[in-house]
Amino acid sequence: MEVTGTWYLVLAAMLFTIGAVGLLIRRNPLVMFMCVELMLNAVNLTFVTFARMLDDVGGQSVVFFVLVIAAVEVVVGLAIIVAIMRRRPGATADDIALLKG
Amino acid sequence: MLDLVWLIPALPLAGFLTLLVLGRRLGEPMAGWLATAAMGGSFLATVAVFLGLLDRPGDDRFFNQVLFEWVPAGNLSVDAGFLVDPLSITMALFITGVATLIHLYSVGYMHGDPNFSKFFLYLNLFAASMLVLVLGDNMLMTFLGWEGVGTCSYLLVSFWFTSEANASAGKKAFVTNRIGDWGFMVAMFLTFATIGSLSYADLISSSMSGEIAAVTATGIALLLLVGAAGKSAQLPLFVWLPDAMAGPTPVSALIHAATMVTAGVYLFVRVNPVVAAAYDWVPDVIAWVGVLTALVAATIAVAQNDIKKVLAYSTISQLGFMFFAIGSGAYVAAIFHVITHAFFKALLFLGSGSVIHGMHDEQDMRRMGGLRRFMPITGATFIVGWLAIAGVPPFSGFWSKDEILLYAWADSKAIWALGSIAALLTAFYMSRQVFMVFFGEPRWNEALPVAAAAPGGNPDAEVEPESEDVAPAEVDEHPEHHVEDPHESPWTMTLPLVVLAGAAIVAGGLNLPFTPDLHFLGHWLEPSLFGNEAHVDATTGTKVFVAGFSVVLALAGVALAALVYLQRRFDSAVIEQRAFAEGWWIDSTFARVVAGPGRQLFDLAAWFDRTIIDGAVNGVASGVRVGGTALRTLQTGYVRTYALAVGLGAVVVGAWFLTRASF
Amino acid sequence: MVELIVFVIGAAVILAGALGVVLTPNTTRAALSLIATLFGVAVLFVAQEAHFLAAVQVIVYAGAIVVLFLFVMMLLGVDSDDDVRSEPLPGQRPAAILGGLAFLAIVLTALLAGGTALTGLSGTLSADSVLSSNIALLGRNLFTEYVFAFEATAVLLTIAVVGAVVLVRRLDAPSDDEEVSN
Repeated sequence: MEVTGTWYLVLAAMLFTIGAVGLLIRRNPLVMFMCVELMLNAVNLTFVTFARMLDDVGGQSVVFFVLVIAAVEVVVGLAIIVAIMRRRPGATADDIALLKG
Repeated sequence: MLDLVWLIPALPLAGFLTLLVLGRRLGEPMAGWLATAAMGGSFLATVAVFLGLLDRPGDDRFFNQVLFEWVPAGNLSVDAGFLVDPLSITMALFITGVATLIHLYSVGYMHGDPNFSKFFLYLNLFAASMLVLVLGDNMLMTFLGWEGVGTCSYLLVSFWFTSEANASAGKKAFVTNRIGDWGFMVAMFLTFATIGSLSYADLISSSMSGEIAAVTATGIALLLLVGAAGKSAQLPLFVWLPDAMAGPTPVSALIHAATMVTAGVYLFVRVNPVVAAAYDWVPDVIAWVGVLTALVAATIAVAQNDIKKVLAYSTISQLGFMFFAIGSGAYVAAIFHVITHAFFKALLFLGSGSVIHGMHDEQDMRRMGGLRRFMPITGATFIVGWLAIAGVPPFSGFWSKDEILLYAWADSKAIWALGSIAALLTAFYMSRQVFMVFFGEPRWNEALPVAAAAPGGNPDAEVEPESEDVAPAEVDEHPEHHVEDPHESPWTMTLPLVVLAGAAIVAGGLNLPFTPDLHFLGHWLEPSLFGNEAHVDATTGTKVFVAGFSVVLALAGVALAALVYLQRRFDSAVIEQRAFAEGWWIDSTFARVVAGPGRQLFDLAAWFDRTIIDGAVNGVASGVRVGGTALRTLQTGYVRTYALAVGLGAVVVGAWFLTRASF
Repeated sequence: MVELIVFVIGAAVILAGALGVVLTPNTTRAALSLIATLFGVAVLFVAQEAHFLAAVQVIVYAGAIVVLFLFVMMLLGVDSDDDVRSEPLPGQRPAAILGGLAFLAIVLTALLAGGTALTGLSGTLSADSVLSSNIALLGRNLFTEYVFAFEATAVLLTIAVVGAVVLVRRLDAPSDDEEVSN
């Protein structure tokens, strides 16, 4: 049985879905961030898969940039979380509702 | 030399811009000198252009300078260009000349005013606009200047805007002029719709070639008449001019006597082929409007006690003369009268300003008298102006007025008769003014007669608050007497008086009637008139009769005034009828109509605005508010709810793509 | 056959790790599960000849990002378990699961039924796997076609570092002792 690109894509779709659902149901901001990382990894996996399927190294280049962006995002995001947590220890995503209409 | 024409309006404009930026820093008197220098430079440029034009042969005296294409819009293409021809340069010459003198005069007159530099800023802007008006080579340029002078007139009339009366006088001038401007604008639209161009060259050539139908030409001419009636204060739109005397006196002299108010006359002379192409009765309409204005305003002037109001009504009356000159086909005479009038009326206004200055802001003639002993230069020059406007030969007013009356005689005896009565009244009321102000006994230490006993029962309240040049604090001192005697004005004020007096004496030499060779102005203007000037082939006897009759009228008016106001043979109340003092109730009728039925109409419009327009706006606003209130419950503020919405949105977008994909 | 085994094991680790992140109430365990997933992804990168990316994945993600997560947990003292049983937002959990399933269904439909309908064509920059290594190709691609983006990411990283410093700076109490004790 040969492993085709589609297998990887299906796996990536499942990983993405798990990450998305996790983002929606978890309240701890750190865990939500981890779920975002899951989703990013799922997308990375598809990029690498397509790069191999289409024989185009450009897909891997994009993955490289996604990694950088993910790092940046984590740095800033965690800084924000630290700033919030300092003021309100133990806060969850549901405790912050300043945008309530 | 002709290329310099752009300098003529550019110099005052540069003065305006400089004062706009540096005016406050320059202060008094530098700002005034700068403005005067800009005006003087403009005058020199005009002289240069004039000499350049003089060099050319008679039929080649047209020069069109296009600066740039101003309005390129589809079929409508309007250039910013100047038209130099005998007519425009004649106007520009006396405008710049008189304006320079009045600028100089203002340096003295406005001494000590907190807004000294602002006054000259407006004055320079006015001069620039006026020059654009006369030099523009198309109707839109003229309209630009037309609106510019209107704006400056508004700003200058209400120059001392802290007083309610001055501010509303400015507003009145503005609103009344809008009515006239409407006429001008519609005339422009009609012109463009007919010939597809706004330039005077096209308008004139199509009028002469018959391309414009008589009915269209009639429409244009009548609409222009509306515009000219507003700007040049003809019946029934003259009501703003007497109120406009609330402005500083140099403004009255420059704008409301010498230049701006003659714009209507200029306009008609400019488009004379259109009048010629219109129906025959159009000139008659113009003539009748003019002569009735002349007569009505002259009667009103007889009963005014404010020194400037007399001159204001006199100006309206003289403008009436110019209009019935146009109606009689006497274009040269009309321009001739514009010029002589600019000299002697500017002189009279500046003289009255000098009197007001010397009398410490007193404007009521009943409190003056015997001033010629205290103010010799002002008195002498004022008397020159008086003789000129009264039509006593050989002063300039006689020549121009006689010319007009001669053409009127040839055109219609009725207009001539009414015009003659107006001329008689002119001599009378001007003599009355001179006798009350400069002759007789000094009266400034006497209290005013009680309002009820005043001649013609003219209530003081009518005159006083509208024409007050002074701060309210000084008004309160009126019942007391002036402590100081009047004094002569500084040289900056008397020098323009002397120059203008000289011009008022000799300006008649521009167009002497004795032999055709002496018709300098007539020959000079000929290229601009395209043979539309009426030809009077009267015998010498008729001419002598008309001229002699107007001299007799002038002297009769003077004599009558002397009998009443010097000799006191009659009670002046016989002449100063209530109807005259009240201006035939024209102004108050307007006020009543506007305040009565007009007011209701405005209330209706206001109701419509409040209910329907505002209702629509408020309806939209409250609709948004209600919708927002309903929608705000969706905004929980929880980031996970938002994320869910994003996720579900992604699902929907994905499903949509799935339906589009081909398998 | 080798690839199949690698894929199955990798996929199992990835999914298990992902489920661990989402389901475990303990944040530290979630972070550890995340490492498992990241490793699995790195393995699959290797299986698809993306050796460089696999290395970067381990170094950056596992070595830096997850460590950063752990540092933050240490800094904030997050030691108690989350309450994963209750859900304060009514309908959030079923909607999320339903939405997730719907999304998965859509993507799977497209993948399994659509064949090439949703994928593009081959790029012009083909990887010549016989001739040179994948890393050299990737490097050339990054420093030629994507050189501006590459430089921009450098700037972005700098900005992010500065931003993080600014965000966590204490405005009221600049004392060093307090930072440490907190």
